[in-house]
Amino acid sequence: MQRPSLTGGFRDAPKDAAFAFRAVMNTMAKPGEINSVTGAEPPAGLSIAAGVVLLTLCDPETPVYLAPRFDLLEVRDWITFHTGAPFVAASAAHFALGTWGELPLGDFPVGSAAYPDRSATLIVEVDDLRSEGATLSGPGIKDSAALSLPDRAAIQQNAALFPRGLDFIFTCGDRLAALPRSTKVS
Amino acid sequence: MYVAVKGGERAIDNAHAWLAEERRGDARVRELSVAQIREQMTLAVNRVMAEGSLYDPDLAALAIKQARGDLIEAVFLIRAYRTTLPRFGASRPMDTAAMACDRRVSATFKDAPGGQVLGPTFDYTHRLLDFKLAADGEVPFAPELADAEPSKDTPHIMEFLDREGLMQRDTDGRTPPRDLTREPLELPATRDLRLQALTRGDEGFVLGMAYSTQRGYARNHAFVAELRIGKVAVEMDIPELGFAVEIGEVELTECETVNQFAGSKTEPPQFTRGYGLVFGMSERKAISMALVDRALRWEELGEDNLGAPAQDAEFVLYHADNIQATGFLEHIKLPHYVDFQSELELIRKLRREATADRGAHRAAAE
Amino acid sequence: MTQIEQDKNAPDTVMSDYNFAYLDEQTKRMIRRAILKSLAIPGYQVPFASREMPMPYGWGTGGVQVSAAVLTPDDTLKVIDQGADDTTNAVSIRRFFEKTAGVAVTEATAEASIIQTRHRIPEAELREDQVLVYQVPIPEPLRFLEPSEVETRKMHELEEYGLMHVKLYEDIAQHGAIATAYAYPVKVEGRYVMDPSPIPKFDNPKLEMAAIQLFGAGREQRIYALPPHTQVVSLDFEDYPFEASKADHPCGLCGAEDSYLDELIVDDEGGRLFMCSDTDYCAARQAVGHRGSDASPTLEGVA
Repeated sequence: MQRPSLTGGFRDAPKDAAFAFRAVMNTMAKPGEINSVTGAEPPAGLSIAAGVVLLTLCDPETPVYLAPRFDLLEVRDWITFHTGAPFVAASAAHFALGTWGELPLGDFPVGSAAYPDRSATLIVEVDDLRSEGATLSGPGIKDSAALSLPDRAAIQQNAALFPRGLDFIFTCGDRLAALPRSTKVS
Repeated sequence: MYVAVKGGERAIDNAHAWLAEERRGDARVRELSVAQIREQMTLAVNRVMAEGSLYDPDLAALAIKQARGDLIEAVFLIRAYRTTLPRFGASRPMDTAAMACDRRVSATFKDAPGGQVLGPTFDYTHRLLDFKLAADGEVPFAPELADAEPSKDTPHIMEFLDREGLMQRDTDGRTPPRDLTREPLELPATRDLRLQALTRGDEGFVLGMAYSTQRGYARNHAFVAELRIGKVAVEMDIPELGFAVEIGEVELTECETVNQFAGSKTEPPQFTRGYGLVFGMSERKAISMALVDRALRWEELGEDNLGAPAQDAEFVLYHADNIQATGFLEHIKLPHYVDFQSELELIRKLRREATADRGAHRAAAE
Repeated sequence: MTQIEQDKNAPDTVMSDYNFAYLDEQTKRMIRRAILKSLAIPGYQVPFASREMPMPYGWGTGGVQVSAAVLTPDDTLKVIDQGADDTTNAVSIRRFFEKTAGVAVTEATAEASIIQTRHRIPEAELREDQVLVYQVPIPEPLRFLEPSEVETRKMHELEEYGLMHVKLYEDIAQHGAIATAYAYPVKVEGRYVMDPSPIPKFDNPKLEMAAIQLFGAGREQRIYALPPHTQVVSLDFEDYPFEASKADHPCGLCGAEDSYLDELIVDDEGGRLFMCSDTDYCAARQAVGHRGSDASPTLEGVA
């Protein structure tokens, strides 16, 4: 039997990643929109959507931070085998994976005024993802949108850093939504 | 009545067919083989390898054939091919002191260990057309030493100045060099990136920049401490084996210039170095590269910025690449109907308004 | 698995020696990450490690890389240059993706899920499920005022756009109008000044749209974006408001009054014909019976 870390990757990487990326791109372009994705079977504890995002965006060039709950040998092995991404502390991360409460928001790079793109993208595993709750407005949103968010105040603080700041991808089962720094939350 | 012109697809196909025919030329003349280009157009092959950033004489020769001898077009073919190649790893830094030199000259010392080796150079040929070459010729013969010693390492001339403490020390590159083909260029650029941009830069551009420093635009009198051409082994660490193995050899031209330096706020008086390293036998390019490298080092050496083009890293790095330059230059022959139309409308409008203004002025004056 | 074995398993495209949509997966990931950042910071130019493509710089390598990173096998692609599907470079790029990605292609704006364009925004209103990819020659709106990248980056950082206003103001002082007819600069969400690529200023108002807009500059190694409904304002002055202008004629073929026009010289006397630059828009109007004064009497003649 194969080690579990060797399985659960994309079957047809070029095509699976293409479909997955379009779903991720659409959510980032349209905050509040929830899309479902397929193609990854990550180890227990990790949602399909989080697995798909990791496979789609991470590789040896993108250091990843794992919050304690996911900092397990099984998860590390899986990410290493399928993406080759190195694991780092929050301050050096391009991507981070964790639940909201476990992610040290203040530690991640938010980019500089000259290069605001040099900031981390946080993959946040949530138990609940619905188009209701906080009211969103800004780029990508016609009038307003709604999304269940774990913590409005922290997200407002992040948006206040614009153009610097973190971007979030919320994952729940096989569904995901995104919240870029440009979104105003009320 | 007007019928819109269509047929872009057919036009492209026909153009390609015509191009292929033109490439072949008169079919009564025997076709040139890739091997013939590789062996007899070696310096063209070298230039394509250097600016294409890919050491493969056969592919470079093929590119030259396909490009009908347009070397920039050939470089383009090689570059486009190169980007699709998987990367298995990086070689160890090459040891040019272990070069098997075909040519090695120094302009700073009459003799030094390893000696002066003139090698196969055009330098002292009289530039007279050799009409014998027009006739199918015999194979030329070059005398060889009967009991040639096996080549030994040839120490770099710079080492001798270095031992005396007269050379500015270059810091050892402990971090792996960056790669401008894999990451976007960011300024200020470190020396490794500048050297990479120069070695794959257009020979004519780098030559022109170097020449400008000689004529007084950031003049920094350069002595060619050493110019060497020869083959160097390429070694790669194989993690599974735990040691390095030789995976092949490449021909390189290396040029080190020594430049007087009166000292600055941060550095004592000493000699400084300009460095050039190019694939193949590419002497002009290697010397040019060394001069431009030295000119670009003004900031780290605490020299004055004289505002010379060759001191402006942003100017040099953004304009040295002939594939970028030729693409953008030639794109202006693509349709610009839409933009031109908007300019037409604007000019007509501005003229209408100017004429109306003049009319109003005249009316007011009367 | 070695590279050679991977190649054998490559998708069944016509050009099977290459990966789906030509670029290797690592390159696509790098571009995709840049696209996400560009969507998160609308109008900001994200540096990316542009690859050398098998077509010349300046001919759409940025747009092609962005399209390649965004395409899925289910997409229907439309490629236009100057608004037209049949211009040679549009044909060449469309063929490239037919060959390397095997995607469906169309000339009908409404049928396309991805539209790659050079110098125009289609006349038909784009929808939320569409992506418009622009080919960008010089992404930096301040470049012609300040050649140094180091300097212009600082200006964006400090939101110091005075130079641009001075330039526009000098135009007015000298010509009585802003003398920029295309690549007319815009401000995005009140923050970044952005070059909309060399579209005529007629197209500027359309930049606020429902589709995702991605801008790719290959040679200059920049990607930037406008998410749907992003606020995009053409720079102007209160007393000299921005004006989207076009030739003051109807289309000679379909009679449209609201479309951007190409001007053609049709005879030795210098006679002019004005026709829609958006060939699909024009053909669709003619198909439902609209006729301009220069149109052929039967539609068959316009094939």
